[in-house]
Amino acid sequence: MTYTVWIVLTAVLVGLSCSLIGVFLILRKMAMMADAISHTVLLGIVVAFLITKEISGPHMLIGAIIAGLVTALLVQWLHQFDIEQHASIGIVFTTLFAIGVILIATSVGNAHLDVQHALMGEITFIPWDTITLPFVGKVPVATAMLSLVLVIVIVSIIAFYKEWKITSFDPALAASLGIPVVFMHYLFMSLVSITTVASFDAVGAIMVVAMLITPAASAYLWTDKLSIMLLLSALFGVTSAIVGYYVAAWLDTSISASMAFATGIFFLISFLGSPKHGLISKYNRIAS
Amino acid sequence: MWSILSSSNFQWVLASTMILGIAAGMIGCLAYWKKQSLMSDALAHAALPGVIIAFLILGEKNLFLLIMGAAVSSLIGAFFIQWIQSATRITEDTAMGMVLSIFFGLGIMLLTIVNRSAGGNQSGLDSFIFGQAASMVKSDVITMLLLAVAVIVIVAIGFKEWKIYLFDPQFAKGLGLPIKGINIVYTLVLVTTIVVGIQAVGVILIAALLIIPSVSARYWTNSFLYMLILSALFGGVSGVLGTFISAVGNGWPTGPFIVIVAASFFILSLIFGKERGILVNRLAIIAHKRQLKSRKSSSSLKRSELI
Amino acid sequence: MTETVLKVNNLSASYRKNTVLHDVNFQINQGTLTGIVGPNGAGKSTLIKTLLQLHPTLTGTVDFFGLPFKAAQQVIGYVPQRGSVDWDFPTNALDVVLMGLYGRIGWLKLPNRSHKQMAMEKLEKMGMAAYADRQISQLSGGQQQRVFLARALVQDADFYFMDEPLAGVDAATERAIMAILKELKEQGKTVMVVHHDLQTVADYYDHVLFLNKTVVAHGDTTSIFTKENIARTYGGNMRWTLKEEESHVVHSQ
Repeated sequence: MTYTVWIVLTAVLVGLSCSLIGVFLILRKMAMMADAISHTVLLGIVVAFLITKEISGPHMLIGAIIAGLVTALLVQWLHQFDIEQHASIGIVFTTLFAIGVILIATSVGNAHLDVQHALMGEITFIPWDTITLPFVGKVPVATAMLSLVLVIVIVSIIAFYKEWKITSFDPALAASLGIPVVFMHYLFMSLVSITTVASFDAVGAIMVVAMLITPAASAYLWTDKLSIMLLLSALFGVTSAIVGYYVAAWLDTSISASMAFATGIFFLISFLGSPKHGLISKYNRIAS
Repeated sequence: MWSILSSSNFQWVLASTMILGIAAGMIGCLAYWKKQSLMSDALAHAALPGVIIAFLILGEKNLFLLIMGAAVSSLIGAFFIQWIQSATRITEDTAMGMVLSIFFGLGIMLLTIVNRSAGGNQSGLDSFIFGQAASMVKSDVITMLLLAVAVIVIVAIGFKEWKIYLFDPQFAKGLGLPIKGINIVYTLVLVTTIVVGIQAVGVILIAALLIIPSVSARYWTNSFLYMLILSALFGGVSGVLGTFISAVGNGWPTGPFIVIVAASFFILSLIFGKERGILVNRLAIIAHKRQLKSRKSSSSLKRSELI
Repeated sequence: MTETVLKVNNLSASYRKNTVLHDVNFQINQGTLTGIVGPNGAGKSTLIKTLLQLHPTLTGTVDFFGLPFKAAQQVIGYVPQRGSVDWDFPTNALDVVLMGLYGRIGWLKLPNRSHKQMAMEKLEKMGMAAYADRQISQLSGGQQQRVFLARALVQDADFYFMDEPLAGVDAATERAIMAILKELKEQGKTVMVVHHDLQTVADYYDHVLFLNKTVVAHGDTTSIFTKENIARTYGGNMRWTLKEEESHVVHSQ
């Protein structure tokens, strides 16, 4: 396959896995938690690198899951001491991120990790770093990892569909029915973490937030059904990835940034034009 | 090392991170009580496209004008967050996350184009994103100092108005305070602090300077005045110590060290703070359980009497 | 009929430093309909949440049907406050009712036709069949509460806890809900309801539990729902509470 096809395919995989996870992120009112995890995952990767001295998929995934869970646990733990959620998120992620940046600056030196790369992602390099898989042949590492993560995400969503639904909508009832709400919470945080780290190489820490929440927020304006919201969000995610890639190629600019911006365009269209919750339809309803 | 520490440029940098810490500590208290700690994070990221556009228009790096660009861009971001959450069923945190990442994406798109086309003179724009206090020159420092002092003065002179505005805006309205006006001033000082701080600590970590000192101060006092003073103190000391530590190493970034110092203060406050610190709480719970036990034995006594 | 289904012994709970409940002792018999009343901040919701282990217990024991909570969980139904969920959630009325069955359906399975039919029956019972496909934010407060009740009914529990089911509902819904509660009671089920309107206590409940951080009085409504007990429960707020409620306190006696 050609260079471009790999990049577009990787971008589409990012769009898909992020936008599916994103639906539950916004319904659970945890959008900013995604922002926090996307930053602290950096620390997980750095620590994994310092311990194993190599940059490889599995190590990074494990480091990221641990970092994501530690973030969620710390936020929860601080919340218990009378610190409001928003403040505890802010404290935890900035501190862990600062530690990550310091570790990079002081010990890792100019190895393969640098902060800028982690924040912006560099999807253009992805096709060069390949592994050989059975049956498939030579595949870029990031693409293989993203495919794996996408499968995990889809399987988890389908397998626990009703549990996600009830723990997002009414956690108190869920707990009284014996559904393990706390376990589901941390399982979800793990999913956010692996999605984030797999998307990291491609889009970077900050743009992954756009991919996670914007398609879902756009879909939320079009439908009142959870299953349709998931489908629409996936559609917006994939289309933003593709549109973003071609806009970037046209303007000769950062692909990841352009993908993030494209999600914003789709949101703007939904914000204005959605028949249910859009501004134009609201305006018309008031006028008529 | 001493040669660095005694250089006049370093002293200027030190002064600016200190005053920035103080300003951020004070504004952070306002943001904390408005329950908008993460707003500062969103607005800092939203500043990026403004910085780049200001640079594109001017073609040079003039700190004051870059700050103006950043401020305009942040304000547009703030406006969007407000608009989205009031016009749709999308919640504030989702709106913040979207504005944060999309504006940042736009900024990076523009930055990539600038880096490609503008040649060498954009150097320094990158450090605007990640923060590098040591790279600041005297004129930058003076701009920062003036703005930060202005912010501190605005918070200080309106102290009792701020207090009532944060505690009970409805009541404040009843008293005839111009709530809309105060809201605008609040957003302006918040944005000013953020964009001034970006130069020193970067877009990602400026939020820490606004959030961490104010929460730390909460653990020591229940008075808004002392909270404001303590928070300013924590912020200022973090700025100074962090800058010192980063100067010790070679090319160590300033922002992260300032954040680590602030976080250390926070952990100390969390444990030892005299209001709701962990230690005090533990002691209170132990005393409480003891009290419950003794009350239980006395109440079961009473019950048996009744029977 | 006089079998004890709930035994609470020396229960206490706190929110951080503040005690919300202390030394709570009471027993509930099968087939009773108990109204829990008390001033704001008396710990009414916390009591229910603590009984259902949704809030940590500081001291004390709770027995349902002679068993610990976990063993009895399947036969206990809970109706949270209407305001505790986000009604903008993308789902419809039927779906919300189906959630009552999630515990029983089990892992890795989705609701099937018979589950949907059960949910539909309960919606019908609450007079909400016509709204099954309606997005929940487009329902009125009373309709939302009916959906919550239908969801509790579909659980087919033996013991129900309801947190202010009558808050902010229209008169017709209030009547419908009370009719259902009476029906549950007649089927031998036990119901405890957090109630905020002193005026209707005597008409609605056969038992009343006065709560203000601890049990002030508990028993048969006819003998326990007295002016003295109201005064003891509402304490310092007594004056204005009574002023507001005076007419009916006299009336209900």
